[in-house]
Amino acid sequence: MKAAVLKKPSAFYDKFERKGGAHQETTHYCPGCGHGNLHKLIAEALTDFNVADRTILISPVGCSVFAYYYLNVGNVQAAHGRAPAVATGLKRANPNSIVISYQGDGDLAAIGTAEILHAANRGENISVFFVNNAIYGMTGSQMAPTTLVGQKTTTTPYGRKVSNEGFPIRMAEIISTLEAPVYVERTALIDFKSISRTKRAVRKVLQNQIENRGFSFLEILSPCPTGWKLSAPDAQQWIRDYMLPVFPTEVFKDTTKDAETLQYSHREYTDGEVLDVLGLSELGERKEVTKEFLDNFPVQNMKIAGFGGQGVLSAGVVIAACGMNENLDVTWIPSYGPEMRGGTANCSVIISNKRIGSPLTTKPNVLIAMNGPSLDAFEDDVVPNGLVIINSSIVERRVKRKDVVTLYIPLTEIASNLGLTAAANMVCLGAYLEFTGIMDYKLLFDVIPKTIKRKNMIETNIKAVEAGVQYVRENAGKN
Amino acid sequence: MQRELIKGNEAVIKGALMAGCSMYFGYPITPASEIAQAAAALFPLLGGTFVQAESEVAAINMVYGASATGARVMTASSGPGLSLKQEGISYIAGAQLPCVIIDVMRAGPGLGNIWPEQGDYNQIVKGGGHGNYKTIVLAPNSAQEMCDLTMLAFDLAEEYRNPVVVLTDAYIGQMMEPVEFPRSRKKVKRQPWAVHGDAESQGNLVSSILMNTTLLEDHNFALQKKYEKVAQENTRYEALHIDDAELILIGYGIVSRILLNVMQMLRDQGKKVGMIRPITLFPFPQKAIADACEVAKKIMVVELSNGQMLDDVKLAVQGKSEIEFYNRMGGAVPTVDELLEVVQKYI
Ligand SMILES: Cc1ncc(C[n+]2csc(CCOP(=O)(O)OP(=O)(O)O)c2C)c(N)n1
Ligand code: SF4
Repeated sequence: MKAAVLKKPSAFYDKFERKGGAHQETTHYCPGCGHGNLHKLIAEALTDFNVADRTILISPVGCSVFAYYYLNVGNVQAAHGRAPAVATGLKRANPNSIVISYQGDGDLAAIGTAEILHAANRGENISVFFVNNAIYGMTGSQMAPTTLVGQKTTTTPYGRKVSNEGFPIRMAEIISTLEAPVYVERTALIDFKSISRTKRAVRKVLQNQIENRGFSFLEILSPCPTGWKLSAPDAQQWIRDYMLPVFPTEVFKDTTKDAETLQYSHREYTDGEVLDVLGLSELGERKEVTKEFLDNFPVQNMKIAGFGGQGVLSAGVVIAACGMNENLDVTWIPSYGPEMRGGTANCSVIISNKRIGSPLTTKPNVLIAMNGPSLDAFEDDVVPNGLVIINSSIVERRVKRKDVVTLYIPLTEIASNLGLTAAANMVCLGAYLEFTGIMDYKLLFDVIPKTIKRKNMIETNIKAVEAGVQYVRENAGKN
Repeated sequence: MQRELIKGNEAVIKGALMAGCSMYFGYPITPASEIAQAAAALFPLLGGTFVQAESEVAAINMVYGASATGARVMTASSGPGLSLKQEGISYIAGAQLPCVIIDVMRAGPGLGNIWPEQGDYNQIVKGGGHGNYKTIVLAPNSAQEMCDLTMLAFDLAEEYRNPVVVLTDAYIGQMMEPVEFPRSRKKVKRQPWAVHGDAESQGNLVSSILMNTTLLEDHNFALQKKYEKVAQENTRYEALHIDDAELILIGYGIVSRILLNVMQMLRDQGKKVGMIRPITLFPFPQKAIADACEVAKKIMVVELSNGQMLDDVKLAVQGKSEIEFYNRMGGAVPTVDELLEVVQKYI
């Protein structure tokens, strides 16, 4: 008969150099602690599956914060409770790696409840090992969310009271109610039989990830002799007597067989593809404009205002784009914050031959009032000799100011005659450019197709521009 | 090349993608939501990852995980979200991981409101989380800089292995301006310190824990040295008309845009007014301000917070010049006329 040679699995370091100090052969765990056992089972499985080099282990905050001393894999240490979020980042960045989130009950079931539930719910293709020892080992035996009713800890010195602390939380059961997880089991580390079962479960949970089947979760009832103030054998008996009745060991969910395996693909994108996706391929070259045009351009400080739905914001974008195409500096900003008033939607547009400071036009030299409240709100702000364009289809009154230039146009009426009331804004822009001559109104024909999302509306919007131009030509001087 | 008329918040995402960023983890909040929405629309089309996390706490820890693989990764939020991210930022700084965080500031404290403010200055520029760390902080004031400084942020983050925050405000984020984008996407290099999930990186450890006090002290001193190096190599600011300025205006972000008008108007009147706009808030352009004080008798600080940047200006000025201060808070932004009136009192 051949004797089985017991040796350390290669995924376990021979010497724990990261630990430092004198005893680099032994772990920092207390005698009889479950963590060490579980580390070994994980290391064995990683070695057997030959995936240690692909594995990234996340050490949590808790007694296993130093798991990276022992496992010869890529290691990342995470903040308290956040390991499943860290695992999400690691796995998404590197789908080929095997990512292990190793956590205690304080880490996973208290401070990190949100992270574990949502990683499970997203079905992250990771393996979670959840060590339930019904106590906070590392910080000195305080209550855990899994502490049993009546159990004494340093923060439940009279025993856990339901009226004050509620009941122990059953994470495996909770996780198993979610749709995405493919495997959820609870085992224990008490005796040979339960350890063998844990060993099988550890392999299953890792195997699932290697086969890209999705989220797998193993809760392990684990002795903490120090925290419980018991000898190692008594600690095992304590699990049997007190934990098992509350935390049954079973497979709560196994849809591994039906789980579709996740497919990962990766490829590089050419610069051409990137520019296409970002909508930057068809911008073309910048237009040459004469120095004379730039030098003489009169700065436009525009306020465009009206009801929501009258297209005041998009009119602003279109006219700003015309300015940009003419190599001018432009800004556009929607009505925002305290500046919003009178129940109107409005935007500020500045078109300038100089570097623009504040994008907000508090003293416009062009006001476009698409409705009455807009005229009421902004008339007084217009600078002397400024231009006020009024949508006379809707605005019932005349401009009170005598020191401004006015242009009354039945914008809505003209637009609805073309069959598209919403194009009143473009009628306005056509009229504005024709009236002021600051830029060629034909610039709008380039900009509109690029700015208007609904392609079947482009033609009508262009007709609207022409109608605005036409109106100004026919009614010049009549205002 | 022609420019694109685009919102600052969207320019951030296009810039990030051109900088080789492939992963975005975030949680929605006004006024930063357009960043998440643009990321959700564009990242998957280039094989990248977009995950809407369950909280900002989770989002920054996803960033930590992705960054540990050397990927270029980012998140974005506003004040309330940044408060939650501080734990993760401290870990990222401690573990010396690179990442880019965008803070589109809104008004606080608490839920405050969604209008622009600069009240996150201290929590971003001074560390914010626990421990002796700093983030590199860039403060754009245009849509073009939203793109350019986001791209720069990825390079600085990688060069110094440190989180970089782009600190901006609701106005700069919402405003549309022409932006010229680069034409070729940056290739991301493999980082020797990262965990890639392969044999070559098997021995690597990403961690911020050092139980040995000597080692942790050494680590802390090394971090401070790194921050000094950043200060020497990458302090950025824009100075306008400071050579003869008797009064120098100091402001960043949207405030600097308003100050630009004020300065121009006063210059037109023949007044000797100049301006310094910090582009990096950490490192703060201390020397530039100190040097300007040789000529300028007066410094005027304008901010949308309770003197948070003023403290840094005082440290730079060292009593050499008089300092005047004007601020608005709660989402109120001064108009050009308002500031003009204030500034005129001092020149
Ligand atoms: C944010 C934060 N809060 C609290 C702590 C302190 N702390 C460290 S470990 C721990 C509890 C760990 O208990 P558990 O997860 O059950 O692991 P165990 O030590 O029992 O293995 C706590 C509260 C911390 N490190 N970080
Ligand atoms: S305190 Fe408990 S959990 Fe921590 S090492 Fe000791 S036995 Fe293990």
